[in-house]
Amino acid sequence: MTPILEVQGVTKAFGGVIANDNISLTVPKGSIVGLMGPNGSGKTTLFNSIVGYHPVDRGSITFEGREISRLRVPEIARLGLLRTFQQTRIYGMMSCLENMQISVPDTRDGLRTMFSKVPPAVTQQAEGLLEFVGLYAKRHLRAGELSFGQRKLLELAMALMHEPKLLLLDEPTAGINPVLINSLIDRLKRINADLGVTLFVIEHNIRVIMKLAEHVYCLTHGQLLADGPPDEIQTDQRVIDAYLGA
Amino acid sequence: MTDTTRNVLLYALIGLTGLLAPSLAPAFRIQMALLWMMILFALTWDLGGGQMGYNSFGNVLFFGIGCYAPAVVQRELFFAVEGQPQATGDLATISPAFNYFNGFALGLTLAVIIAVAVAAGLGSGILGLRGQYFAICTLGVGVAAGEIASGWDYIGAGSGMVAPIFPGHPSQAALFFYYLFFVLAVICFFTLKRLYASRFGLAINAIRDDEDKAEAMGVHTTRYKAIAWCVSAFFLALAGGAFGHLNNFIDREVAFPGITFGVWMVLMAILGGKGTLWGPVIGATIFHVTQELFWTYLLGWQRVALGVLIVVIVVFFPLGIMGWLREQWPEKFGETVDLEARAAPVSLGEGR
Repeated sequence: MTPILEVQGVTKAFGGVIANDNISLTVPKGSIVGLMGPNGSGKTTLFNSIVGYHPVDRGSITFEGREISRLRVPEIARLGLLRTFQQTRIYGMMSCLENMQISVPDTRDGLRTMFSKVPPAVTQQAEGLLEFVGLYAKRHLRAGELSFGQRKLLELAMALMHEPKLLLLDEPTAGINPVLINSLIDRLKRINADLGVTLFVIEHNIRVIMKLAEHVYCLTHGQLLADGPPDEIQTDQRVIDAYLGA
Repeated sequence: MTDTTRNVLLYALIGLTGLLAPSLAPAFRIQMALLWMMILFALTWDLGGGQMGYNSFGNVLFFGIGCYAPAVVQRELFFAVEGQPQATGDLATISPAFNYFNGFALGLTLAVIIAVAVAAGLGSGILGLRGQYFAICTLGVGVAAGEIASGWDYIGAGSGMVAPIFPGHPSQAALFFYYLFFVLAVICFFTLKRLYASRFGLAINAIRDDEDKAEAMGVHTTRYKAIAWCVSAFFLALAGGAFGHLNNFIDREVAFPGITFGVWMVLMAILGGKGTLWGPVIGATIFHVTQELFWTYLLGWQRVALGVLIVVIVVFFPLGIMGWLREQWPEKFGETVDLEARAAPVSLGEGR
């Protein structure tokens, strides 16, 4: 499979703390890849480096064969590489439907589209995706009134509205009711299979990552500890030690 | 009665009142002209401060440019006739093709061009600042503009400059400026209404709610912010041009009134409800009328009364009138939950 994202030798330090140390990994096109590791192991830093929040100290990041480590956040987003946030970010004072409507990619923005009204096709697509995440009935409510779990689902739907090629999900199941987790896993798999979106997922919940990912990378103390298929990783003694703090 | 007919009736009522008001109450023409100017102030401030979340205290900059530019143009279009003393006014100056009105129109055009260019240039720099930093920076810009104006000889420096006298009876002048402000306010209202209904409106709301998220979603935030400021500058320059000519005399106090107009435009938008279309209109109307009443009935204490009003607004109506109404009756503002299922479920991926 051709890689959609390639990270090679990425190092990022904040002062004396080396958050990412010479990390290399590959996300093949069309796959679901997991990224796990204990708290503070550098997972979110790696995500931030990939989407352009801060420059990397060393190494290269290529998206569809194009070097992106020097591009800024909005530019990378417009290429079709999108992320969701661990702390869930939505537009609180706008209705759920408006949150969706503004998430259509800005790449199509000429002056004309900037000042034209939202086309009915976009609204229809937004409603369809809201239904997919189970928020259709609440589409006219302000997004700020949703519960934390619902905001996570809305953020996911907004990302899909953007029609990304690669979606980085930062802990998609954190804060979501355990009953809903299974249906969320199912939805993520459908997003991957039906819409052809490659997923790169940070996840703490081992049960979730085992069900979801085809390949898992494990970080600890900013370094790549192990990688392989989920069942192999699950039984890897080094990974178990890292999680239990040995 | 459907929403559309109700809206049309409302617009017709306000429009008719606006058209007939100067005939019904000729003594109040100037005050009513200034009421429309206040509405313009509140509307243009709310575009940046309310809808986009960028609280600017420097919008008087564009107002000031608008004051000065047409007056300078008028002065340059007319030149002195040799042998005649300057001080005799009209007799001493002559202009081949220009009179008061087309000179004024040319001046307004130039004012708009300068103000929009300044907004675009300045905006691309300082709109990168967030929150309080932006607010403080714009405050500085407003003060600096006043300082420059009071030291620049070409525009009269500290002694100010005089705009040409309106050719006609003062009551006609009042009528002219009343309708000028009225038309400007109406055009501004409908321009903003249209803008807020477009992708532009969604984008600036998204910037207000979470600019980092908007950037992460690939929105061209800088472009939208600069355009929003340019639209504000456009209407403020026109308002300033009209005010300068109405007032006849222009100096830094008139053109860059940071502590009066500059603060009032913020207060009026907050009073009516930030981030709503009607809020600034309602806020400006209440504020202006109350203020005029204070000046009439509480003379000597008018500033104190105004101060009390400001405190009351901030403490009791932090969301403004429209914001308060929306909190009380969210369903009237379209915030409803659907209980019935969709008639025709949409499948995933439709429209791709």
